[in-house]
Amino acid sequence: MMQVIVDGLVSASYVSLGVVGLSLIYNILNFANFAQGDYLTVGGYIALIFVILFGTAGAIAGLTFGWPLIVAAFGAVLLTGLVAELLDRSIYGRLRRRGSSRITLIMASFGVALMLRNIVVIFFGPEPIYYAFAIQPALRLWGIRITPNEIVVVAVTAALVVCLHLFLTRTRLGKSMRAVSESPSLARVTGINVDVVIRWTWLIGSGLAAIGGVLFGIALGLQPNFGFELLLPMFAALIVGGVTNIYGAILGAVLIGLAESLTVQYFAPEYRQAVSFVAVILVLLVRPQGLVGERP
Amino acid sequence: MDILSYLIFFAIIAGIYSLSTLGLNLQWGFTGLMSVGIVGFFGVGAYTTAFLTGPHYPDAFGGFGLPIPVGLVGALVASGIFALFVGTVTIRLRDDFLAIGTFGIAICVQLVAMNWKSVTRGFDGLYGLPKPFAGWTNSPLVSNALYLAATTIIVAAVYWGMERMLRSPWGRVLRAIREDEEAAGALGKSAFSFRLQSFVIGSMLMGLSGALYANFTAFVIPLDMLPIFTFQVFVMLTVGGNGNNKGAIAGTIIVWALWTLTESVLAAALPPTLQNQVATVRVVMVGLVLVLMLLYRPQGIFPEEKIISPEARLGGRSGNDG
Repeated sequence: MMQVIVDGLVSASYVSLGVVGLSLIYNILNFANFAQGDYLTVGGYIALIFVILFGTAGAIAGLTFGWPLIVAAFGAVLLTGLVAELLDRSIYGRLRRRGSSRITLIMASFGVALMLRNIVVIFFGPEPIYYAFAIQPALRLWGIRITPNEIVVVAVTAALVVCLHLFLTRTRLGKSMRAVSESPSLARVTGINVDVVIRWTWLIGSGLAAIGGVLFGIALGLQPNFGFELLLPMFAALIVGGVTNIYGAILGAVLIGLAESLTVQYFAPEYRQAVSFVAVILVLLVRPQGLVGERP
Repeated sequence: MDILSYLIFFAIIAGIYSLSTLGLNLQWGFTGLMSVGIVGFFGVGAYTTAFLTGPHYPDAFGGFGLPIPVGLVGALVASGIFALFVGTVTIRLRDDFLAIGTFGIAICVQLVAMNWKSVTRGFDGLYGLPKPFAGWTNSPLVSNALYLAATTIIVAAVYWGMERMLRSPWGRVLRAIREDEEAAGALGKSAFSFRLQSFVIGSMLMGLSGALYANFTAFVIPLDMLPIFTFQVFVMLTVGGNGNNKGAIAGTIIVWALWTLTESVLAAALPPTLQNQVATVRVVMVGLVLVLMLLYRPQGIFPEEKIISPEARLGGRSGNDG
């Protein structure tokens, strides 16, 4: 049972780092971004570029990567943020200003998702790629199997979630982000520069997604589809958590991760992806406002 | 002769796709419901006809060898029931939840196709489905030409039916709900019920197009069920003109022509090292077409026309019946 929980937390990590951006953009721009999963892919592969250029020499004790990958992760955050910002300027921002419908934005993001993923395929091919080829034996801690890399995944995610909480509650920018997500027009009246907030929202959302992508690559290796396959679990986490609430979304990610690992362990591993869908339908049927939060 | 048979092939696929585009046009263009799971309903239709008309496999249940029209009707019924279930759950919610819900549906349909081996045979797929008109003639060219005629008749009938429906009181209520749900509600029209009808009919057309596709290619595999199909239909409708049935068909032909032409153009233009990337580059290009259309000509080549009911044009009864 403990094993199921640990496995669930590991897979919840990628989903929660991705869902933060999905939730922020959903609440601030009223936009369900179908390309959010592919920001994880882009982030993971940008880090791969750094690894190809500079190598991963000097693995830290027990891990399959060293300091260069940590530098690469920072590079991935910045460049993925840049990609998100450019996409917003050239596509989503223009559509918004024209007063396009939510669905037009969804269609555009669906197109962007396919473009990003296929650009990755053009440069790196469709086969799985790894940052390092070292094989890592799993540790046994109190009877639980976990690799040192997976410990890093969970620890980094937990640390980032705490940082995000401090950022949203303690900093001026974080508070204005929450204000804009409550009511953009009211926020504007109080003197918040909404455009600046939107820019930071994209940077933070896509930056965290990029780290999620790098962590995924560390633990499981990269493949152009992996981000897109995380999109449905991310939407499920968003809806289970109640859409308007970012903490709810992270809690949702944990629940989806646990439900997935339960399914893999005890029922049908091949239907892992269906867990998210069933969760979405159940929540929409029984409690459309999600487990935490008000009615959307 | 080669060109002729290629043109027939091209036109059959365009006809089959345009049924999905017409279905999306009913849902999104006229009702404002976006399905991001087009391929899911397409897949239900394809597997239903394979189940009913296909040969029996020793390792799978199904394959009743029934006539193709039975398969087509079965596909309509199955995708309709499926859409009724999906729509009942998601339509009451905001439009983007419908998009997310249908996106999940498409993924689940593919999962079931891959894993429910006792019916779908997983990745092996269902092969050897009966080809329509194949028993009538020895020449594949003639049987394909007959299939093209049948597809064209179906598309024409669907087009005619849709135009009639949209000009009927039913169609007016749909557009009224799309434009102003509260006002339509005040006239006693249940938005939910009309939306659900539109969603189900649109999904049935997607199912029908899946069935026609499966019987044409004579096999169905889970890899036919990728999100790229949904995306192609988006692009077709956006290019043609959202809210215009003529545009939906024209957009299908234009985008399908671009799709097939770019293959040969790219194959000629790309250096040898990139030859196996042709399909990938093409997706990026078509994605660009979608985004550019949404940015610069969101109304498409054929924008939505004002539909004036005959009564209103005569200045007779006011148009609040239905």
